[in-house]
Amino acid sequence: MRRLLVLTLAVSIFATVVAAAGPVAATASAPTGSSGTTITLMTHDSFNVSKSVMRQFTKETGVKVDVLPSGDAGAAVNQAILTKSNPLGDVFFGVDNTLLSRALDEGLFIPYRSPQLDHISKDLQLDPRNRVSPVDTGDVCLNFDRKYFEKKKLSAPNTLDDLTKPQYKGLLVVENPATSSPGLAFLLATVAKFGPDGWRAYWEKLRNNDVKVVDGWEQAYNTEFSGSAGKGNYPLVVSYASSPPAEVVNAHPAPSQPPTGALLNTCFRQIEFVGIMKGTAHEKAAKKLVDFMLSDRFQRDMPLQMYVFPARDGTKLPTAFVKFAKVAPTPFALPPDEIARNRDQWIDEWTNTVVR
Amino acid sequence: MRALGVHMSPSARIDRRRVARGLLLAVPLAFLGVFFVYPVGSIIGRGLTPGGTLDLSPLGAVVTDPHLRDVAWFTIWQATVSTALTVLVALPGAYVFARYEFRGKRLVRAAVLVPFVLPTVVVGSAFLALLGEGGPLGFLGLDQSVAAILLAHVFFNYAVVVLIVGGLWSHLDPRQEDAARVLGAGRWQTFRAVTLPALRPAIAAAAAIVFLFTFTSFGVILILGGPGYSTLETEIYRQTVQFLDLPQAAALSIVQLAAVVAVLLVAGRAQGRRAQALRLRASAETSRRPRTAGERAMVGVNLGLMAVLLGGPIAVLVQRSFDTAGGYSFGFYRALSELRRTSTVFVPPIEAVRNSVVFASIATVIALVIGGLAAFAIAGPGRGVGPPRGLDTLLLLPLGVSAVTIGFGFLIALDRPPFDLRGSPALIPIAHALVAAPFVARVMIPVLRSIDERLREAAALLGAPPGRVWREIDLPIVARAMLVAAGFAFAISLGEFGATIFIARPDYPTLPVVIFRLLGQPGPLNFGAAMAASVILMAVTAAAIFAIERFRFADIGEF
Repeated sequence: MRRLLVLTLAVSIFATVVAAAGPVAATASAPTGSSGTTITLMTHDSFNVSKSVMRQFTKETGVKVDVLPSGDAGAAVNQAILTKSNPLGDVFFGVDNTLLSRALDEGLFIPYRSPQLDHISKDLQLDPRNRVSPVDTGDVCLNFDRKYFEKKKLSAPNTLDDLTKPQYKGLLVVENPATSSPGLAFLLATVAKFGPDGWRAYWEKLRNNDVKVVDGWEQAYNTEFSGSAGKGNYPLVVSYASSPPAEVVNAHPAPSQPPTGALLNTCFRQIEFVGIMKGTAHEKAAKKLVDFMLSDRFQRDMPLQMYVFPARDGTKLPTAFVKFAKVAPTPFALPPDEIARNRDQWIDEWTNTVVR
Repeated sequence: MRALGVHMSPSARIDRRRVARGLLLAVPLAFLGVFFVYPVGSIIGRGLTPGGTLDLSPLGAVVTDPHLRDVAWFTIWQATVSTALTVLVALPGAYVFARYEFRGKRLVRAAVLVPFVLPTVVVGSAFLALLGEGGPLGFLGLDQSVAAILLAHVFFNYAVVVLIVGGLWSHLDPRQEDAARVLGAGRWQTFRAVTLPALRPAIAAAAAIVFLFTFTSFGVILILGGPGYSTLETEIYRQTVQFLDLPQAAALSIVQLAAVVAVLLVAGRAQGRRAQALRLRASAETSRRPRTAGERAMVGVNLGLMAVLLGGPIAVLVQRSFDTAGGYSFGFYRALSELRRTSTVFVPPIEAVRNSVVFASIATVIALVIGGLAAFAIAGPGRGVGPPRGLDTLLLLPLGVSAVTIGFGFLIALDRPPFDLRGSPALIPIAHALVAAPFVARVMIPVLRSIDERLREAAALLGAPPGRVWREIDLPIVARAMLVAAGFAFAISLGEFGATIFIARPDYPTLPVVIFRLLGQPGPLNFGAAMAASVILMAVTAAAIFAIERFRFADIGEF
C-alpha cells in the first residue's frame, strides 16, 4: 500500500516538475524585450528559415513571429479555409499555384501590394489584385539514378513520352496525386502536355509499363528510389529539380557530383505564395512580414532551407545550387483557375485509370 | 461512521452508490463531451448543413455508392481478419509471459511495446527492406498487398493482446487447471473449458481495441497497402484534408461511426455481461521456470516468433541508423544535433526527447484519471446499480472515429474561450489522452469485473468504509492492469496517436515530429538521422515502459 502512495506521489511530482519546466518550443524569433507585437505565420510543415534571418526581422521591426506548421500544403490551405471566420494566423505562407484559385475564391486573403514586388518577375504574379505575392518556385521533375543508367549502359529518358518505352519498363515510381503534392504536380504536367483528353491514354501506357504508385514523397524518394539513401529498386522517381544539390549538401562526406539528376523536360513549376489573412488584427505587422519575405535577406536564405528557388530577380544563389541545381527552361504550366475547376475530377479519373 | 454503510437500509445504500457512481462518471463524461462529442458533432454538423440547412443527401449517396460500399466492406473485413490474426499469434505469447519465468522477461515485456510507437512511414521502409523486391523475404511477393497490411497490423498490435490478456492470465489460479487435468481433461479441453472462459473478458477487451486500431488504421493502408486499397479512414482523410468536401466526409464519418457502434455492441453482447468472479492470485505465485522439454520449447518458440516478427523490422532500423557512408558509426546520431543547426526548425535531440516525455507524462496522468474513474464507475463495487448497459463499450468510441474528423473538429469547435485550445500546447496531451483514456478504461474494466463482489461485501461487513474497501480490495487487484494501461497511455502519446498529426499545432517538436521533418528532406544524412531518431524513440519507449513495470506494489497475494 505504501508503495502505491509513493508511486502516486512520484508520478504527480514528476508530472508537476515536467509541466512546470514545460515543453520546449522551437521559436522562430529571439525574445525581443521590446513591446512589439507577435504575429502568427500559418504555413506547411516544410517551412524553414535561418534563425539569424528571423532574428534580424524582429530586431528591425519589433515584430515577433510564431510559426504554426499545419500539415502539408493542401492540409494547411484547407485548415485555413475551414477556420476563416476565426483565423488561426495573421500571415499564410505556402499556398501554391495548384491550390491558389480555391484559396482566393474562399476569400482567405486581403490585398496588399508590397513595394518589393517590383523586384519580382511579372510572370510569377498570378493574382492581379495582389491578394497573394510569389515567394519562391520549385520545379517538380523526374529524378534519375545516374549509377543505374551508367551500369546498364542505358541513356536516361528525356521526355514524358520516353517513359512509355519498353526499355524503361518497371523503372518509374510516382506519388499518388490524391495524397501528395509532387504527385499532383506530375499529374498536372501530363495534363498540360497531353491535354485534357489525352492524358488518360498516356497514364494507361504508363500503367502498362509497370509504373509503381506510392502514397507520398517520403516513401517514393527515401524508400523506393534507388538513387538516394533507401537504396530501393526504382531508378526513376518524381521529385524536385532541387533534389540533386540536396544529395550533395546533406551527405557526409559530400560527393563531388550528385548521384542523381533531374530530367528538365518533365517538369511542372510550383509557385508558392504568401498572403495576409483576412481577419488579422495585426495588418501592419503582417505587411512588414510579407515585405521581409520578399526581401533579398529572406530570399537568399531560402534555397538551402527549403530547397526552392527564390522568386526575387537577381538573388544570389548558394554554390551548391549554382553548380548542381538546374532550372527547367520551359516547364509545363496550367492556369490556376483551370486547376481549381478540374483538380478533384482529374484525381478521381487518375485513380480510376491507374490504380483500380 | 465506520459501520454506517452496514446499518443503512439496502435501498438507501443503493441510492448513495448511485450518486457516488454518477459523480465518478461525471468527470470522464465531461471530458469526452468537451473533447470528443462536441468537436466531432461540430464538424459532422457543418458537413450536413451546407448553406445553413440540413441536407442528408450525401449520406444517401454514400450508402448507395457501390464503390464506397466496397470500401466499407473492406474496412470491416481487414480489421476483423487483422484482429483474429493478432489474437491467434499473440495468445501463446500471453501464456508464456503469464506462466513462465525466464531471464530478461521484464525487458522483453517492455520491448514488445516498442513497435507500437513507431511512425508508420518508418516501419514501412523497414518492411519494404524485408518484403520488397530484393529483400530477404522479397520472394513472397507481399509488397503492396493485403498480406502486407495484415502483417503490419499484427506487428503493431501484438503488444495489445500480449499485455492485456497476459495481465489477467498471470493472476489466474493455475490450480484450477491442474484440477481439471487431474480429473482427466486433456490440455486442449482444459484450456477450452477452464482457462478460456476466465480469460474471455480480457480477450474481448484486447480484441475490441485491436479491432478499432486496425479499423481506423491509416498509414499502414496507404503505405503498405499502396494506392489500390482504401478504407473508410483513408477516404475520410482524402475528403477532409485534401478535398475539404465536408458533406462527403460527414457522410463517411457517420457510416464509420455506425459501423463501429454496431460492431462494438455485437462484441459486447458476445463477451457476456457478467464476467465471472475469479479466484485471483498474485502473479508471482502463478509463474515458474519452464521444466519439461515441451515447456522450454513453448517459451523458445514464442520468444523466437517475437524476435522475428517484432525484432526483424526493428533490427533493420537499428542497422540503418549506424550504416553511414564511411562504415558503421555514430555519424547519423551526431548529425541529429548538427543538421540545420542554424535553422528555426532545429531542435537538439535531447529537447525533442524532453518534449515527448513531458507530453507523454501529462497525457498518461490525464488518461489514468479519466479512464480510471470511468472504469471504477462502470465496474467498481456494487455493479448491480451500474450505469446503463453498453456504456463501457461506447467509451471506446474515440478509438473508432477518424483522427482527421476529431482534429478538424477541434479546429472549429475549440476556438473560443473557455476552450480556446488552438495554438495551445495543452492541445497535444489532451488529444493523446483522448485515445489513451478509453484504452485505460477498457484494460481495467475486465479486471475489476473479475473481483468477487463478496470480497467487498465481507470487507464492508467487517467495518471497512467504502474508501478502505476500494484501497484494500480493488486497488491491489487492479494495480497490475493500471500499470499496463499506464504503459500503453505513455506509448500512445510517445507515438503521437490521434488528432495532433493532422492539424496545425504549436511548434513543440517531439521525436516523431523530428523524424517526419528529417524524412521530408532529400539526402542520405537526413534519412540516416531519421533512422537514428527512430532508434532513440524506441529506446525512450523501452526505458519508460521498463520503469513503469518496475512499480510492483502490494501484489494481491498480500491480503
